[in-house]
Amino acid sequence: MSSTAQTAGLDLAERLAAARPAPGLWATGLVAAIVWLVAASIILGLPDADDLGRTEELAGAAALIGGVILAATLLIGRLPSGPEALSTRIRAGGPWLIVLPLALIAWELVTAKLDWLPRPFFAAPQSILEVFTDDWARLGESVLRSLILVVPGYLLGAALGFVTGVAMGWSRLVGYWVHPVIRLIGPLPATAWLPVAFFAFSTSRGASTFLIALASGFPVAVLTWSGVASVGKSYYDVARTMGASPWFLVRKVAVPAAMPSVFVGLFMGLGASFSVLVVAEMMGVRAGIGWYLQWAQGWAAYANMYAALLVMAVMCSSAVSLLFRVRDRLLSWQKGLVRW
Amino acid sequence: MVSKAGSIGIEGVSHAFELRGRTLPVLDGIDFTVAPGEFVALLGPSGCGKSTLLRLVAGLEPPRAGRILVDDEPVAGPDPSRIIMFQDPTLYPWRTVRANAQLGLEARGQLKGQGARVDEALSLVGLENFAGAYPHELSGGMAQRAALARALVNDPRVLMLDEPLGKLDSLTRLQMQRELSRLWEREGFTVLLVTHDVEEALLLADRVLVLSDRPARILADIAVDEARPRHRDSPRLIALRREILELLGLAEAA
Ligand SMILES: Nc1ncnc2c1ncn2[C@@H]1O[C@H](COP(=O)(O)OP(=O)(O)O)[C@@H](O)[C@H]1O
Ligand SMILES: [Mg+2]
Repeated sequence: MSSTAQTAGLDLAERLAAARPAPGLWATGLVAAIVWLVAASIILGLPDADDLGRTEELAGAAALIGGVILAATLLIGRLPSGPEALSTRIRAGGPWLIVLPLALIAWELVTAKLDWLPRPFFAAPQSILEVFTDDWARLGESVLRSLILVVPGYLLGAALGFVTGVAMGWSRLVGYWVHPVIRLIGPLPATAWLPVAFFAFSTSRGASTFLIALASGFPVAVLTWSGVASVGKSYYDVARTMGASPWFLVRKVAVPAAMPSVFVGLFMGLGASFSVLVVAEMMGVRAGIGWYLQWAQGWAAYANMYAALLVMAVMCSSAVSLLFRVRDRLLSWQKGLVRW
Repeated sequence: MVSKAGSIGIEGVSHAFELRGRTLPVLDGIDFTVAPGEFVALLGPSGCGKSTLLRLVAGLEPPRAGRILVDDEPVAGPDPSRIIMFQDPTLYPWRTVRANAQLGLEARGQLKGQGARVDEALSLVGLENFAGAYPHELSGGMAQRAALARALVNDPRVLMLDEPLGKLDSLTRLQMQRELSRLWEREGFTVLLVTHDVEEALLLADRVLVLSDRPARILADIAVDEARPRHRDSPRLIALRREILELLGLAEAA
């Protein structure tokens, strides 16, 4: 009996060893490097159907990426391994590193090389690269302007929403007066206030900050409130028997207990803020990445439009990543957190 | 030297709850006293009002009728000299074991320079090596020990235990009973222990108060005249156990 158990154990160990890539050689990485190099040679080798700029640079970028992956393939065996190690994370990305150049090849073929999709609406990859190489200053400025607009608005709204939510959850009186107001006005999309806001505020900056704060404040208030309201009575009893003041109960019991819920609100508020930001920029601000997007569309500069969309995606995703980072830090005591 | 233990006087205490427009009487004329340093067990059927009585002594709620005195002073509200330990450990999941244990000191703004007291309480319950752990990393018994440490840090004169071992497995339970007993002998505070386990009450307490079904009245006040350390199979305890089960209408179980 013990020998069967032993064989079974050996079997399992063998299979686990086989499933793990052999140290030293990273086959997926090798394939990925080759596909990137193939993509580079297709971009450079096949003639463009039209007169496009930055074809050589695009090929060079693809070749460079292929080269870096090739180098990683050779070096990854020497990096320390382990569940959280850099090498493990690089390996996990392997399949994506193959699919991305394949998609690039397909995109390059149907636009630049074969001209199957109508241009300029379907921009070729090198045209988008051209936007980054030639118009980076304006793109960069737009991002900066957007951030200057959205960050203070979001923080203001989040802070006010948080305070409102805690007050509503804690005080019956505040809840009585604020709840109906939030209930009526909260679900209204913040963009609906746009005409009012631009009329009421003398500057478009003031109006936009107000709208963004409104958009982020509502979900933060509601989720903070529900978080505080659902704190178990026994949590308060424990602290009360030990001589805690009401202020201590708010700061050290209600707020920390509500934090998981607060972060859901902060996350929802972030999305709402970005959507208000883009609309505000298109409607009245005349600067920022949303404005760039609309400007590009107005001039039929579709490559610029896609480039701006890409930048905006990176911007929003980074903001969410940052928020999740903060949450993972603060809520490390929770188990089973969703990784972003 | 000031006594480390408080006396308790319960004088004609009755209590009731309003439940969906109806009045639910829970305690009916409870009368008893507890001497400083005494270990008294409250035994009664589930839902009879034992936890309610502890909450009243803790000052979390005022009684509908009657008076509750601790050290001859009427109880006006919660006070750190009277600490309840609940059936659930109710540790704060966002705090480490150590941060949970120091809750009382922190709440009263007495944390400065008292780190040694927190460490002492943690080692009293055998958790010195888990000070940095979060509650979700603890077993049920360890969580209950952490809650005990959190209570002890306050140097209570009256410690109220509301079925603190009710949810533990039987081995952990036996071990914790022994530790509770040792702790009480060492620290000398007054203990009010709520339990529905007759054996537990007889092993630990100086006196067992048997309560009736809701609304609770005191059916009997039984002195456990058996020297410590006690053994569950001593003839005297077996006789007392039979007597109590009969009072609770469970004679055939004896
Ligand atoms: N806050 C409350 N509101 C209404 N009813 C309550 C409340 N607390 C306890 N009760 C009721 O009072 C009775 C006694 O409860 P409790 O003291 O917890 O019983 P025990 O601890 O003896 O099991 C139960 O029927 C319970 O439902
Ligand atoms: Mg109870």
